[in-house]
Amino acid sequence: MSQIPILIPTTLLLTALVSLLAGLRSRKAGYGVAVAGAGIVFALALVGVRFVITSGEAIRYAAGSWAPPIGIELVLDHLSAYLAVLITFIGLLVLVYTPRSLRFEAPGKEVFAYPAMVLLLAGLTGMVLTGDVFNLYVFLEISALAAYALLAIGERGAPIAAFRYLLMGAVGGGFYLLGVGMLYFAAGTLNMADLHARLPELVESRAVISAAVLMVTGLGLKMALFPLHFWLPDVYANAPSSVAGLIAPIMTKVSAYAIIRIFLDVFPPGFFTESVPLTATVGWFSAGGIIFGSVMAIAQQDYRRMLAYSSVGQVAYVGLGIGLANPIGLIGGLLHILNHALMKCLLFLVGGAVRLRTGVVQIPDMKGLGRSMPWTMGAFTVGALAMVGIPPAAGFFSKWYLLLGTIEAGNWWWFGIVVLSSLLSAVYFFRVLEIIYRDPTSDPAEADGNPAAAVVHPEGEPPPTMLGPILVLAVAILVAGVLNVLIVNALLERAVAPLGG
Amino acid sequence: MTFELITGRYPYVLIALLLAVGLYGLITKRNLLKKVVGMTIFQTAIYLFFIQGATKTDATIPVLLPELGTAPERYINPLPQVIVLTAIVVGVATTGVALSLLLQIQRRFGSLDEAEILRKMKAGE
Repeated sequence: MSQIPILIPTTLLLTALVSLLAGLRSRKAGYGVAVAGAGIVFALALVGVRFVITSGEAIRYAAGSWAPPIGIELVLDHLSAYLAVLITFIGLLVLVYTPRSLRFEAPGKEVFAYPAMVLLLAGLTGMVLTGDVFNLYVFLEISALAAYALLAIGERGAPIAAFRYLLMGAVGGGFYLLGVGMLYFAAGTLNMADLHARLPELVESRAVISAAVLMVTGLGLKMALFPLHFWLPDVYANAPSSVAGLIAPIMTKVSAYAIIRIFLDVFPPGFFTESVPLTATVGWFSAGGIIFGSVMAIAQQDYRRMLAYSSVGQVAYVGLGIGLANPIGLIGGLLHILNHALMKCLLFLVGGAVRLRTGVVQIPDMKGLGRSMPWTMGAFTVGALAMVGIPPAAGFFSKWYLLLGTIEAGNWWWFGIVVLSSLLSAVYFFRVLEIIYRDPTSDPAEADGNPAAAVVHPEGEPPPTMLGPILVLAVAILVAGVLNVLIVNALLERAVAPLGG
Repeated sequence: MTFELITGRYPYVLIALLLAVGLYGLITKRNLLKKVVGMTIFQTAIYLFFIQGATKTDATIPVLLPELGTAPERYINPLPQVIVLTAIVVGVATTGVALSLLLQIQRRFGSLDEAEILRKMKAGE
């Protein structure tokens, strides 16, 4: 039991290596190893979260038996267990989904894509499990390097989008590392718990204040916090569907998690709210991002680009939760990490299924898909309604907590923005819903003899390895919605306890 | 006063300059390869920051010497150096990935000039 925090990332690292070696011999073997590894890790994360909930205690593992704060510590507590389960769940589903989709969109790249995807998961789980600020940087870069490689697969513009992301990622990581350095030279430790104990004496120190600003700026870049989001739309729109389905739901969220982690568990209480108004800054930028992302999403014709802009807006909800800095608002932000990950993964996977069956990526061409792919489009409908925030789908509840948080903070601007953006996402998702459920034969454009508008889709549902994960996600969205009180009571209330609510 | 602040901390001033030079190159250069050079300068400045922070006068490498005993002020703190080593590894990997992306870009667009590539992407060549 006490080894779970280290077993999750190391199993994934080993899986990546074995999957590559096996994949070079046989494509199927590489796939099998990757899925098996992700499955084992998901099971480990479930065991871990169960232990944390029942015992109410965190599992701490001292790497190499060097007692912290000298050695590196890995911590599975309420917050990291919550994210570890989410990351491994999404990872497992996307890995199962990948082969058919990727063989179609980027033939010949699968063998190298599985190990890179597993490495990405290793980096992200490491980021959430580590209890050391420098170790977090290392895992951040592992996940980032894997992501650059994955995103460069794909369409013609993919390498250039990935290259720009790499430059931004290097700057973001660099800022974070500079912050870590200043923190170390001021406080003499890298362990999060130890820093938390030592920093209260140093709140006046200029080095500590600059460290906080640098770390949040760096992670803000990685999180695509508006206006540092500019790298994101091109990256998601050029990537293969399965890669976008893996990276879009969890990668920016884990950076948001890292901000929440240092806000709650590294810097002393009140530091981010009073000494340096960082949470409020993040909150206002996020408020801008929510509006910007939603408006831009409405303007898109490309399905993937619409989802990418919607991601800019949705990750900003998490930022808004940080900005509120009261327990209920932050719970809303954290719950939105889960909800949005499920919804965005579902929507990207649906996009991949549509592309495999019809080759269509433009929204106006998706006409009549509701008839030829009823299950896939049923799942899409669940995801779209969840994005808009219609109960009992998951998206409603996180927005509800956020709204309660804005009321508690008395911030009516942010209250209005959350409500307004829900209306805006209703605009862009109902537009798609209307198109896919429109009867293609009764379309006037077709009567005019416009052949482009008269695409017929006789191909039907995607293969079971693709349809399965899509349906599981649709069910998960409903389950996460219905069980939200359970999740909040068992995990998130403990996670935000440092705020004292 | 200001003068002494600078002379007393000139390594940090140099590091800040290097950071600025790197960022400037990364943002303004049109050639993608030069952007990578800017990125490398930016990262190198961060390594130097760690090394500078760990430097002590009148201290030696952290290997126990009988004549110095165990007095911590006579030894340099090894942790920042180890951090820099790790960061260098990360930096090399990042540069490697960046260069391989540039290879792909060169093959697909026949150019590393940002404006030229954008023009070709728009034209759909």
